[in-house]
Amino acid sequence: MSISSSTSAGPSSGTGPPAALDLRAKSRPGETTIRYVLMISALLSVLVTIGIILALIEPVVEFFREVPFGDFFASEGQFAVLPLVAGTAMTTVIALLVAVPLGLGAAMYLSEYASPRTRKVLKPTVELLAGVPSVVYGFFALTFVTPTLLQDILNLEVGFTNALAAGLVLGVMIIPTVASLSEDALSAVPQAIRQGSLAMGANRMQTTVRVVLPAALSGVAAAIVLGMSRAVGETMIVALAAGAQKNLSFDPRDGMQTMTGFIATTAGGENAVGSTSYNTLFAVGMLLFLITLVINIVSISIVRRFRQEY
Amino acid sequence: MSVATDTARAVTTTVATGRSKDKSLGSLVFLGLLWFSLFFGVMVLIVLIVSTAISGAPRFDLALLTEHSSRVRPESTGFRAGILGTAWLMAFTALFAVPLGVAAALYLEEFSTQDRWWNRLIEVNLQNLAAVPSIVYGLLAVAVMAVLGFGRAGIVLGGAIALALLILPVIIITTREAVRAVPQEIRQGSLALGATVWQTTWRQTLPSAIPGIATGTILGLSRAIGEAAPLIVVGLAGSVRFDPTGVLSQITALPMQIYSLTSQSQQEFQTAASAAIIVLLVMILGLNALAIFIRNKFQRSW
Repeated sequence: MSISSSTSAGPSSGTGPPAALDLRAKSRPGETTIRYVLMISALLSVLVTIGIILALIEPVVEFFREVPFGDFFASEGQFAVLPLVAGTAMTTVIALLVAVPLGLGAAMYLSEYASPRTRKVLKPTVELLAGVPSVVYGFFALTFVTPTLLQDILNLEVGFTNALAAGLVLGVMIIPTVASLSEDALSAVPQAIRQGSLAMGANRMQTTVRVVLPAALSGVAAAIVLGMSRAVGETMIVALAAGAQKNLSFDPRDGMQTMTGFIATTAGGENAVGSTSYNTLFAVGMLLFLITLVINIVSISIVRRFRQEY
Repeated sequence: MSVATDTARAVTTTVATGRSKDKSLGSLVFLGLLWFSLFFGVMVLIVLIVSTAISGAPRFDLALLTEHSSRVRPESTGFRAGILGTAWLMAFTALFAVPLGVAAALYLEEFSTQDRWWNRLIEVNLQNLAAVPSIVYGLLAVAVMAVLGFGRAGIVLGGAIALALLILPVIIITTREAVRAVPQEIRQGSLALGATVWQTTWRQTLPSAIPGIATGTILGLSRAIGEAAPLIVVGLAGSVRFDPTGVLSQITALPMQIYSLTSQSQQEFQTAASAAIIVLLVMILGLNALAIFIRNKFQRSW
């Protein structure tokens, strides 16, 4: 059997004597080429991350050449970023206050109470919430939650745009993220642990809250952290409903601009490419990317640890 | 002995079926709270759809779909440019993202070895990319377009690049799951008959995984179709009044038009925006229904 170096990778039809069998792998240039093409496609995803950093770095360097560091990380002024960070923190905290209890509750029901058939129907229903576009949620927050729910029904004195409405709707949007991943974590807890708890005389609620939940805590934490990352990065809800003025008041009834809201508003306006206000976009974008990167890495490493447990 | 066996059996059944025999007040309140958290989101969704449908109801007419946006006649402003723009964007997004995503997923599942550091890097990187804010992909697309020499022109190409980058991780992750679900025996059978790894992948694994890949792609597109944030950043305007003609044509998209209408104070524009939201939701629902149909119709269980 001769070693074929042709690009056609079909099996050789030669029938040599058994003693002359060459068991070394054939060199197949076609196969190797395909392998490298596929590998480049996969490496492109790494390239995207590098691309993000490169795309942001140049305008950011330019920005800090014109605006001193202190003016960026300041609480007041044209380029101050701290009010934006505060706005993001405010809407994110409100969103987590909504999404963590509700998402966790839904996850506990799906994992511990629902029969497999019920779960099969209910889980996609909850995940439907994640399919609604954020601009639709933003419009809903602006035209229903603020005027009807907050002003008319709850009689709160809120502005036309306010952090409260944006945060509440943001929370609804990340419920599926928290619920779905927490449910995975709760379901991954071995049945033996539940049976042990039930055998000791604990009822179902006690088993769920005191045994299963602590056992799945790292997975649940990862779900919450990932939900937080979604809330920090979400744009349209806060751009529409949280307001377009920088505000460091920490009052959720006021309008507060967030980092993403600032990028959307600035990008939507007229800014000459290369101008300082255009570069501000990238400086805030870089900060946003770094914040979500840290949050994501925390979430990924929590998941890593949780996977090793069972 | 028999009591113990019976109790054990009852507990096992309870655990297996999820039925609770526990009737104490605390447990019932707890169960009620769980029910509430499960249905809270669904209630919000219903309120959202109903309130939007009511406020948009006066504008459920043909002009909504066939007319261009108009500042002079707000009562018959339409979303023709947005709907066509969204269709063009989706076509090119799929064109960019699907071949790349499927190739990357095939490499990771069929060709890579887990112990190489660069393969682990790709894994972690993908997990991170899936959670990068969509607006950051807009900034990246701006940079790519600047390299290509277009700037922030608001054309089909820029929007499609941003959306393709956005859904690439989704497509890779779902394709990997679909490929992984193909049983090992099929690959082994093919390899044992003398096929090479690529022949096995191309002729056996990939065809078996196509329903899963199609489902993942459609779900990715249904995420991209509602995105406005990256499109704002790449410079799409809300006020385009002509049909797209090519990949370098200026366009708008349905979510963009909805966003730009919210800053108009006239009631007619708010009504039109509500009606457009219903159109957008119907599109997304259609895509999701298609995905579910493909999954149920073609997915084999091994």
